[in-house]
Amino acid sequence: MLRYIFRRLAWSIPTLLLVTFLVYLALRIGTNPVESYKRVNPRASRAKIQQYIDVNGLDPNFVQGYFKWLKNFITGDWAPSIKGRREVWPALKDAMANTLRLGTAATVVGIFFGLIFGVLAALRPGGRRDVFINTSAFVGISIPPFISAILLQLLFAVYWQRWFGFSLFPTSGVYPAGHTGFDLFLMLKFMALPTIIVAIQVIATYSRYMRSSLLDVLNSDYMRTARSKGISERRILIKHGMRNALIPVVTIAALDVGSIVGGLIITENIFSYPGMGLYFLKSFGEGDFPLLMPWMVVIVASILLFNLIADISYAWLDPRIRLE
Amino acid sequence: MPGLTQGSALSEQNEKDLSPRQMALRRFVSHKAAVVSCIIIGVLALFVILAPFTARYGVNQSVQAPPNSFLSPRSNAWLGTDDIGRDLYSRLIYGVRVSLLIGLASAVISVTLGALVGAVAGFRGGKFDDILMRVTDLFLAFPFLVTLLVVRNVLGGLPWLKPLTGEMNSVRFIIVLFSIFGWMGVARIVRGQVLSLKEREFVEAARAVGASRRYIIARHLLPNSVGPIMVALTFSVVGAIIGESTLAFFGYGPQAGDGATSLGILVGAAKGAVQTGFWWLAVFPCFVLIIIALSINFIGDALRDATDPRLDRGA
Repeated sequence: MLRYIFRRLAWSIPTLLLVTFLVYLALRIGTNPVESYKRVNPRASRAKIQQYIDVNGLDPNFVQGYFKWLKNFITGDWAPSIKGRREVWPALKDAMANTLRLGTAATVVGIFFGLIFGVLAALRPGGRRDVFINTSAFVGISIPPFISAILLQLLFAVYWQRWFGFSLFPTSGVYPAGHTGFDLFLMLKFMALPTIIVAIQVIATYSRYMRSSLLDVLNSDYMRTARSKGISERRILIKHGMRNALIPVVTIAALDVGSIVGGLIITENIFSYPGMGLYFLKSFGEGDFPLLMPWMVVIVASILLFNLIADISYAWLDPRIRLE
Repeated sequence: MPGLTQGSALSEQNEKDLSPRQMALRRFVSHKAAVVSCIIIGVLALFVILAPFTARYGVNQSVQAPPNSFLSPRSNAWLGTDDIGRDLYSRLIYGVRVSLLIGLASAVISVTLGALVGAVAGFRGGKFDDILMRVTDLFLAFPFLVTLLVVRNVLGGLPWLKPLTGEMNSVRFIIVLFSIFGWMGVARIVRGQVLSLKEREFVEAARAVGASRRYIIARHLLPNSVGPIMVALTFSVVGAIIGESTLAFFGYGPQAGDGATSLGILVGAAKGAVQTGFWWLAVFPCFVLIIIALSINFIGDALRDATDPRLDRGA
C-alpha cells in the first residue's frame, strides 16, 4: 500500500510539470500576456516591459520561458499583478480560503442529502418515492447553475424584499459593505444562497450515483446470502449494503472536484463572492498572467491530489483490488 | 428512470415478434416524459422554423414609439420588452433559432468526429488509445468553464485557424469551439462500446473471412454502437446550448451579426435584470432554456433506456 502511494506521488510530479507547461502554453497563446501588459500600462517604459518579460518567463521561446517561469515560481519570486502591481499570494490566499469555505459547505450539505435521497430511492425501486426523487434529481442536473442562481436571487433577494419588506438572503459578497471582523451568523447568511445553488447540483448527482450503486449491491449474491442467514434487514442495509455501495461513490466524489469547482466559479461570479472563481474571471478578463499562472497551479495540483485520493481510497475501501 | 418500469412490463409474447428497432421504439414510447418532451421540442422547432410568421416583431424592432423600454408583459408585447423596447417574445424565437442551430451543428460535428476517433482508438488500442484517453481525462477533469474560456482564447489566438473559425464572436467560432469540446466525451463512450463489441463472435467471424479493419469499423462496430451514439448526440446538443448560454452569460458569447440574438445573449441580459426587478427579462429566457435542456435530456435518457439491450433482461 505504502509503495503504491509513493509510486503514485512520484508520478504526480512529472504530471504536474507537464500540465502546467500545457497551461503555460495555452495562456501564452490565449491571453498574449505582453500585449495585455502594454494595454493595462500604456506608458510603461521599454525597461519595465523587459523586466515584466524576464520575471514572468515570457521569452519568445516557449520551453525556455516555461523553465524561467518555473524557477521563479518555485523560489517564491512571484511577479506582481499587471494592474496596480499587487502581490499575488495574499489575493490568492484569500480567494482560496473563501472558496474552500463555500466549497466545503456545499459539498458536505450536498453529499449528505444526496446520499440520503439516493438510499431512500433505492430502497423501493420503481415506487412513487423513487420516481419522485429520481425525476427531481434529473431536473436538478438539467438546470445549469447560473440559471438557478438568477431565479433564486430574483425570488429570495429582490422580490422577497418587495413583498415582505426585508431581504431574506443578501446577494453579494461575504459581509455587508464596511463590515470588519468575524461574524459567523452574518457569514452563514451571506453564504446561504451560493451554497444552496452549488449543493443542488451535488445533491442531484450523488442521489443518482448512490441509488444505482446501492441497487447494484442490493441485487448481489452476498446480500441474498446475508439475508438467508437471518440477519436483520436494518443490519444488512447498513453493514453490507451501504458499506459496499459507498465504495464507488467515494471514488466519484474525489474525482468530481473539477465539476464542483466549475459550479463554484459560476456561482461566485453571480454572487460577487470573492473566491477562486471571481479571481479567475477577473484576471482572465484582464489577461493578467502573473495572477493566472499560480491560480492554475493550485487548481491543477488539487485535481491531481484528489485523483490520488480517489485511487487510494478505492484501493483501501475495496480489499478485492490488488495494487501490484 | 421514470416510466421505464412500466415499459419493460409490456407483454412478453409480443416482444418476440418484433425487430430490435421496433422494440426500441416501443420502449421509447412508453417513457411518458420523453414523448411529452418530443412534442415540446417539435412545437418549439416549428415556431423557430416559421419565425417570420410566429414572431410578432423583427429582432431589432421596437414595439412602440418611446417610452418603450422595460414594459411589463401586455397585449402588444406578450412577454414584455427589454432595455431598448424590443419585444422579448419575438427575440426569444430568434434566439432559440440561433441556439438550436449552434447546438445541432456542433453536436453533429463533434459526434461524427468523436465516433470515428473513439472507434479507431477502441479497435486498435495501444499507444494511440492510451494517449487519447489521458488527454480526455485531463480535459474532463478541469472545471468546464475554465477549459472553455482558455481553449476559446487559444483558438482565437492562433492566426492560421482564422479561415476555419472566423471572428471570435461569430456563431461559427462558437460551433467550432463546441465541436472541439464535444468530441472527447463521445469518443470515450464509443471507445467503451467498441472495446466490448470487438470481442464478440460476429466481429471475429468478419475478421476470419478477411474483412479489413476499415470495413469492420464501418459495417459492424459503428452500426452496433448507434444507440450510445444517438444518446451522445442528444446530450451534446444540450451541452452546446448550455455552453453557449454560459459563455454569453459571462460576456464571452457570440455577437450574432446584425443585432441577431441567441438564447445566451438573452439569458446574459437577465443577470442585469435581477437587481432592478424586471422579472420578465430574467424569468422567460431562463424558463425557455430550462424547458429545452430538460426536454432534450429526457429524450436522451429515454433513448438510452430504449437502445440499451441489457435492459431487456430486466438487469
